[in-house]
Amino acid sequence: MKINLEVNAKFDLDGTIRPTSIIWEDGRVFAIDRVLDMRRAASLKAGGVGMRYICKICGKTVMLWNEEGKWFMEK
Amino acid sequence: MRSVLHVDMNNFYASVECLYRPEIRNFPVAVAGDPLNRHGIILAKNMLAKKLGVTTGEAIWEAKLKAPGLVLVPPDYKKYLRFSRMAREIYYEYSDQVEAFGLDENWIDLTNSLPYLHNDPVSIANTIRQRVKEELGVTVSVGVSFNKIFAKLGSDLKKPDATTVIPYEHFRDIVWPLPVSDLLYVGRSTARKLEQIAVNTIGDLACMDVEILKRRLGKWGEILWLFANGMDTSPVRKIGESEQIKSIGNGTTCPRDLQTEQDVRLVFTVLAESVAARLRDCCMKCQGVQIFLRDNSLSTISRQKKMEFPCCTSAPILATAMELFRQHYRWHKPLRSVGLSAIYLVTAHKHMQLSLFDDTAEQLLIQEQIEKTIDMLRYRFGHDAIKRASALLDQKLTGFNPKEDHTIHPYSYFR
Repeated sequence: MKINLEVNAKFDLDGTIRPTSIIWEDGRVFAIDRVLDMRRAASLKAGGVGMRYICKICGKTVMLWNEEGKWFMEK
Repeated sequence: MRSVLHVDMNNFYASVECLYRPEIRNFPVAVAGDPLNRHGIILAKNMLAKKLGVTTGEAIWEAKLKAPGLVLVPPDYKKYLRFSRMAREIYYEYSDQVEAFGLDENWIDLTNSLPYLHNDPVSIANTIRQRVKEELGVTVSVGVSFNKIFAKLGSDLKKPDATTVIPYEHFRDIVWPLPVSDLLYVGRSTARKLEQIAVNTIGDLACMDVEILKRRLGKWGEILWLFANGMDTSPVRKIGESEQIKSIGNGTTCPRDLQTEQDVRLVFTVLAESVAARLRDCCMKCQGVQIFLRDNSLSTISRQKKMEFPCCTSAPILATAMELFRQHYRWHKPLRSVGLSAIYLVTAHKHMQLSLFDDTAEQLLIQEQIEKTIDMLRYRFGHDAIKRASALLDQKLTGFNPKEDHTIHPYSYFR
């Protein structure tokens, strides 16, 4: 299952995009503590291909995708 | 000895669709055109559908007979172009010689980059396979060999998600027992001709006297003989090296059969506009026009004609096409699909001889300016921002944009 999300992100001078927080479906905002890894990857569960960010949010490891400007997570 | 890889994306369209729709992944799936517009043939199928006997090119109803639970998905060419580009971006990391053969196939020549990669071609092939699977979510088959023909043959041998090596030392053991139709450019008719002289396997072809083949198949006989003997020397093109364009054409299967000359004219108008706009994009002019006509019993004719002045505007292309049509079509049957190509191309800057006695050539230049303005309007405001009044006569027939709808160009090995 795919969950589309609103994301706050920082755009670096060199063009790198780093998500800083995600806005959950119910409106709660979760800050991203760390980005552990970013690379292009496919999401077989949600169905999509894009930049995948492995993030630490509230101590949990979460995978976040950015596919051509649209952000999503697997459920 | 060269190291050439051929990377083939397995069931490309269907794999991409299955990736995006996890819910259909475990069913037989086929990508098919729109039957309402009479484009209802199978364009690609996944492994499950393949196992049930669904083949590319058959009609939807035929496929449904074989696989009653077949899930049909419409094609999304933009998505396929994106995947094709992303795959090539991976290949570019391994060599500057990457040549596409269709959207889903590429040759990669590693010969010159091998010293810098610190690895052998087979490991690199496996790495590429793994990377495409992880990064794009689709599988590829890779053939590793010493020329393009055997690399392609190799990638077809094991599917899906596999690497096949055809080394020079063993190519006779691996390739020669295969049926001759497995070789690139041995189609149904060539295979039949070869069968008549008892050539059934690639080995038979390789051991045949080349003179006999030349007599049977002309220059193709020799080329195929060279292929079978592993003597294909064609290089893998460098990135960015583009081929010389020989013709620019568009065709369409119409939503209904064309019954009158007016119908044909409407469709040719849309095609001529697209062809002319594409000529201008490439800074080319054409000195000839070729038309393709297919009636509703699927018999096809093609006719061509040279033009007096080179042009890149739709009016003379349309006029020549209609002239050809009137000369050669007798309306025994209604037409199902038509096509239009600009041929004998020259660069747009070639000088043109103007006449003292008439102003045809000057009129052409004026027309060119008008059409360039239309190009700009369409570029800024979209294709439908400006159109001919005649397009409103039958919007079903003219409501397509061949220039942007399908930009999948046919590829040829010999360029």
